[in-house]
Amino acid sequence: MQKSYKLENLCCAHCAANMEHAIKKISGVHSATVAFMTQKLILEAEEADFPAILEEVKKAIRKVEPDCHIIEP
Amino acid sequence: MKIRFTKSQKRTILRIAASAVLLGVAAALPLEGVLKLTAFLIPYLVIGWDVLYRAIMNIARGRVFDENFLMGLATIGALAIGQYPEAVFVMLFYQTGELFQDVAVARSRQSIADLMSIAPDTANLLSGGVYVTVSPEEVPIGSTILIRPGERIPLDGVVLDGTSELDTAALTGESVPRPVSVGDAVISGCINLRGVLTVKTEKTFGDSAVSRILELVENAAAKKAKAENFISVFARYYTPAVVVAALAAAFIPPLFFNGVWEEWIFRALIFLVVSCPCALVISIPLGFFGGIGAASRHGILVKGGNYLEALAKADTFVFDKTGTITTGTFSVVSADAEALYYAAHAGAESTHPLSVSIRESFGEIDRSRVRNITEIGGRGISAEVDGHFVLSGNANLLREHGVAFTPSAADATAVYVSVDGQYVGCVSLEDIVKPEAAQAFAELRSLGISRTVMLTGDREEAAERVAEAVGVSAFQANLLPQDKVSAVEELLGGKGHLVFVGDGINDAPVLARADIGVAMGALGSDAAIEAADVVLMDDSLTRLPEAVRIARKTRRIVWQNIIFALGIKFGVIILAVFGYANMWEAIFADVGVAVIAILNAMRMLRV
Repeated sequence: MQKSYKLENLCCAHCAANMEHAIKKISGVHSATVAFMTQKLILEAEEADFPAILEEVKKAIRKVEPDCHIIEP
Repeated sequence: MKIRFTKSQKRTILRIAASAVLLGVAAALPLEGVLKLTAFLIPYLVIGWDVLYRAIMNIARGRVFDENFLMGLATIGALAIGQYPEAVFVMLFYQTGELFQDVAVARSRQSIADLMSIAPDTANLLSGGVYVTVSPEEVPIGSTILIRPGERIPLDGVVLDGTSELDTAALTGESVPRPVSVGDAVISGCINLRGVLTVKTEKTFGDSAVSRILELVENAAAKKAKAENFISVFARYYTPAVVVAALAAAFIPPLFFNGVWEEWIFRALIFLVVSCPCALVISIPLGFFGGIGAASRHGILVKGGNYLEALAKADTFVFDKTGTITTGTFSVVSADAEALYYAAHAGAESTHPLSVSIRESFGEIDRSRVRNITEIGGRGISAEVDGHFVLSGNANLLREHGVAFTPSAADATAVYVSVDGQYVGCVSLEDIVKPEAAQAFAELRSLGISRTVMLTGDREEAAERVAEAVGVSAFQANLLPQDKVSAVEELLGGKGHLVFVGDGINDAPVLARADIGVAMGALGSDAAIEAADVVLMDDSLTRLPEAVRIARKTRRIVWQNIIFALGIKFGVIILAVFGYANMWEAIFADVGVAVIAILNAMRMLRV
């Protein structure tokens, strides 16, 4: 299933691309897109895997841009 | 539009100003040695401390090669070889460029948000005999709501009472108001211009047009164009490559070829300054975002940058006839009285445009006379009327039932009717070509789209009449619904992309099969919005050439930026290798190029 999250303080397009690259590599993620212009992360994975994946995603985001974090709906 | 700076942007502006003044002071003071360095370090740190801080933090986290690191290294290097003013200037311009990017991005986001500020805040809900103001989310389906002149329609529904005109410009880009009266469907997001309307809601707020459109445009940025992905990948290799090249330039010539250390380190620093890919990386999503925004302002919803990019390369347009090139309503031009009677009754329940038009032409229908109605897809209808077995449909229907008939000679759509196996006559109908169709096809031709194909289930003669009237380059008639998919598949595989344009009814498989599926007049049709890649909010064919023009302009701007930015950066690198570039040119290649690329991309906001 697919979920979309708002990203706060995502302030560089290059970082967004790097984040996307890192999130795609997390195991269990089918696809991931970080849209810089709309400040959104769209994540596709199995529903059951989401909690675990989300933790990894947060780590990956923090590594690329420390001030940036996701807002869970 | 007024630009409003955020707190951190204001702080950056102050720092830039302070640093510039301090730099002037440092340059004016007649200092030497450590004192001179200290004098320049003050403006340097005022403007650059956060860059250095972030660079160190990132290295601690194992991330080198980010822009902070590059700028830190380049400026510290410049300080080390005595290029004090240059070091401060690099930092100063870098921060100015960053600020500019920030403002530009915020501004385009704002511009799209303004454009999409079509969501109504409140609804006047009839509750216990009085109208109360509630949030649109709280209104259940089937409620009665009141819309006063000047208000936005909050939810999709049907007019119960009142007549008015609606301003649909925010949704369709069409400036001519649309008249509505009792029984008409109204779409959320339109503005009621004159009378008071009472509307029965048919959808929840979440399913109403306005929410769906907002969601679609919001998500469009996630479907990235190839150019955007290309640049992300490119940027991942470009920066490390330039840094390695800088290291090589700094050490190899002095160590092995008797180069002068200072000279080569200086050249390496120039590499570092131009190694930041920001201009490119930011200007491309900005361009596509602007293009998608420009398209929505014209009533064209594009579901992603990838579709906008594909549309620019389209060379084949395939159209459904009925409802797309024609209005979808038919007028009966001639009919045998008996045939009209039976055709109207056999089609009593049908929503097919032909049945609807025949019923309208006939008048009042006595539903109790009709039984056992069967619709035969791509053929027609069989039914029992007044106890007789009636067939009403195209030539194939009668042929398959072994009914002999005289084919119509008119260049119109023919509905043949038989009663108890005996042919009784035919109803000839002409469909009405959309008034703007010929102009739209002429515009497509002038855009170099030479192949326009019309597909229809209608008979050859009727198809030919329409084809000639609008000027399509080819047509295929007598197609069953499933034939349209294979017809499109045959046309696929050309050099450019194939666009299929339909009215979104019954053509979801074809929309999906084409490179780009365009659904027209999709206001309110959920299936079409779902299946299509591009949704035209009204059913005017002239939106198509408009969409192509916007797509091409977007592509042009994006490629201008790619070529311009890379060209300048590589140009400066090459000049630096041979010792012809100085720090100022490097700063231009970094910040100047970023600013120009962003300004170029922002042209899309004004389309």
